[in-house]
Amino acid sequence: MLHLAARRFASMVIIMLTISFVLFVIFEGDKFNVATKVLGQYTTMDQRLRWLENNGYNDPFFFRYLRWLWNFIRGDFGNSIQFNVPVSRLLWDHLVNTGILAFFVFIITMSIALVLGVLSGIAEGTLRDRAISIGSVICTSVPEFASATILVAIFVFWLDWLPGTSPFVSGFSGRELVLPVAVLVIYNFGYYTRMTRASMAEVMTSQYVRTAVLKGLPRRRVVIRHALRNALIAPFTVMVLQLNYLLSGVIVVEVFFSYKGFGKLIYESALFGDIYLTSACTMVAVFVAVLSQFISDVGYTLLNPRIRFS
Amino acid sequence: MTELIAEQQPAHPKRVGAVRRFARSVALLRESPVGMFGAFLVLFWIVMALGAPFLPIKPPLAQDQNAMLAPWVTEMPDGTMYWLGTDDRGRDLLSRLIWGSRLVLFWAGLATIVAYLVGMLLGVTAGYRGGWWDEVISFLGNVLLSFPLMVLYLVILSRFGPSSELGRYLAVNLGLSPTVVSGVIIIVAVTFGTAPQVARIVRGLVLDLKTRDYIAAAEVRGERPLYIMIVELLPNARGPLIVDACLRLGYVTITIALLGYLALGLPPPDPDWGKMISDAQKWGSTGMNAMLWPAFAISSLVLGLNLLADGLREISLRD
Repeated sequence: MLHLAARRFASMVIIMLTISFVLFVIFEGDKFNVATKVLGQYTTMDQRLRWLENNGYNDPFFFRYLRWLWNFIRGDFGNSIQFNVPVSRLLWDHLVNTGILAFFVFIITMSIALVLGVLSGIAEGTLRDRAISIGSVICTSVPEFASATILVAIFVFWLDWLPGTSPFVSGFSGRELVLPVAVLVIYNFGYYTRMTRASMAEVMTSQYVRTAVLKGLPRRRVVIRHALRNALIAPFTVMVLQLNYLLSGVIVVEVFFSYKGFGKLIYESALFGDIYLTSACTMVAVFVAVLSQFISDVGYTLLNPRIRFS
Repeated sequence: MTELIAEQQPAHPKRVGAVRRFARSVALLRESPVGMFGAFLVLFWIVMALGAPFLPIKPPLAQDQNAMLAPWVTEMPDGTMYWLGTDDRGRDLLSRLIWGSRLVLFWAGLATIVAYLVGMLLGVTAGYRGGWWDEVISFLGNVLLSFPLMVLYLVILSRFGPSSELGRYLAVNLGLSPTVVSGVIIIVAVTFGTAPQVARIVRGLVLDLKTRDYIAAAEVRGERPLYIMIVELLPNARGPLIVDACLRLGYVTITIALLGYLALGLPPPDPDWGKMISDAQKWGSTGMNAMLWPAFAISSLVLGLNLLADGLREISLRD
């Protein structure tokens, strides 16, 4: 177990290092490009050269990479070109907002997916199962910006119940959170539901569930005590792994609703050409993704007694 | 040796004609109503895309000063009919949707094909040859898969987009039009995002298939690795791959429209569905009509692809 965790951890570190190097080459490999981005297009070559000299860009390439990496590990991401404040401060504020969004999305999606997945998995092939399956395919097929459009049309312009944007101008507001959360839940729950369903359906045909049924246990008890605990292992790991995809959706939803979160930050920095901010955001995003992979792998072994005790 | 191989080739079981095989799968699909509905939706958009130049609709770029952001079923005093209304420049939404389907299907299809070719090549060679090549491919795949997809696209398109040195090179030195430049860069980005996933699936399938007897037979016959990979391995992995390609085409379609929405897609005058939504969004409730139709269009196309994939999977599980 510890051996496996250590190996996974090592591969995680190697992947992070590789990605950091690739990002460094992409964003700072061409130092004249960096100078143009920082100083603006209408500067003379002389000014750029002086700036490069003063900021240590004339050091050897690999040396620059190591220094960049060291600053990164210490949490010093440099200054944002666009906002002219430390990147770390921007990152932190926006990450908290996205954390709030992701927390609600995760909890609600999980609850819906587990209930629906179990309901359809224990009754494979019935009308209920088919209805849930088709419903989840339909919800997964509507891209976030399309479902956001439809929800805004209904709840903002037609019924006038909710605000159509979520900039949190006057502090945190639960009402502004409803639509972004709803859009992400609608897009994501279908996939989780199908995972839970498949896993549940498989467990329901297993020997030990048949034994439990033949023993004369009530159905409720069979499902909850015997089937569910085993059926939840696979969906759990998939859900953690899906954080990666959730983050992609978060970008779209945050842009759509002008929600001041991490996704909007990385989008705007990429569009502006704010290379320090973009590379820092990308590293954070990849770190979250890789970490979730690690948790998912290790979690799978921890949850599965057949692997845990072997 | 070559003569030997030439002699042995007729020994292969005669393959059923492609048309017959296709007809048979269509007949099978009829048993899945869900799959049929999906196929109908996809076919509808394909017909629209192919028929766009022949349909009696207004040109997608023609602007009408008198009808801006008109609601659906608007009849102008001069008798022109805007069935779905107009956008903020007075352009006919119906026509833009139909021409947009041409754009999205073309670029999404091309991007999926390129991503699939690259992914299959990497996956089949990694799975069949194994060894250090497999290690390298799998590692690179893991690195790329560690990026949240949208983040990967943002990085690629912001650094190598149409306004970067690469974009300028394509536009100036190769003389490509703005649409083609954006399209090519999007295809490259989609390939980076999608090919690793395809490669991973293909590799898994190949690892299983390569232990089969017919592969051993081909090896004993002295077939070249390339022949084994293309003629023996890939066709036998096609079942799951066709289903996956259908789903993948749906994701890529979403991606193309999404990039359009995020102003990273095809350049402005083109009727890109995502761009249409972001253009209309600026107008708030007056732009609602112009926002809803592209949203329905993209949803129906992706729904069609997903249901079709579902139907195909159901059929492939049956036999």
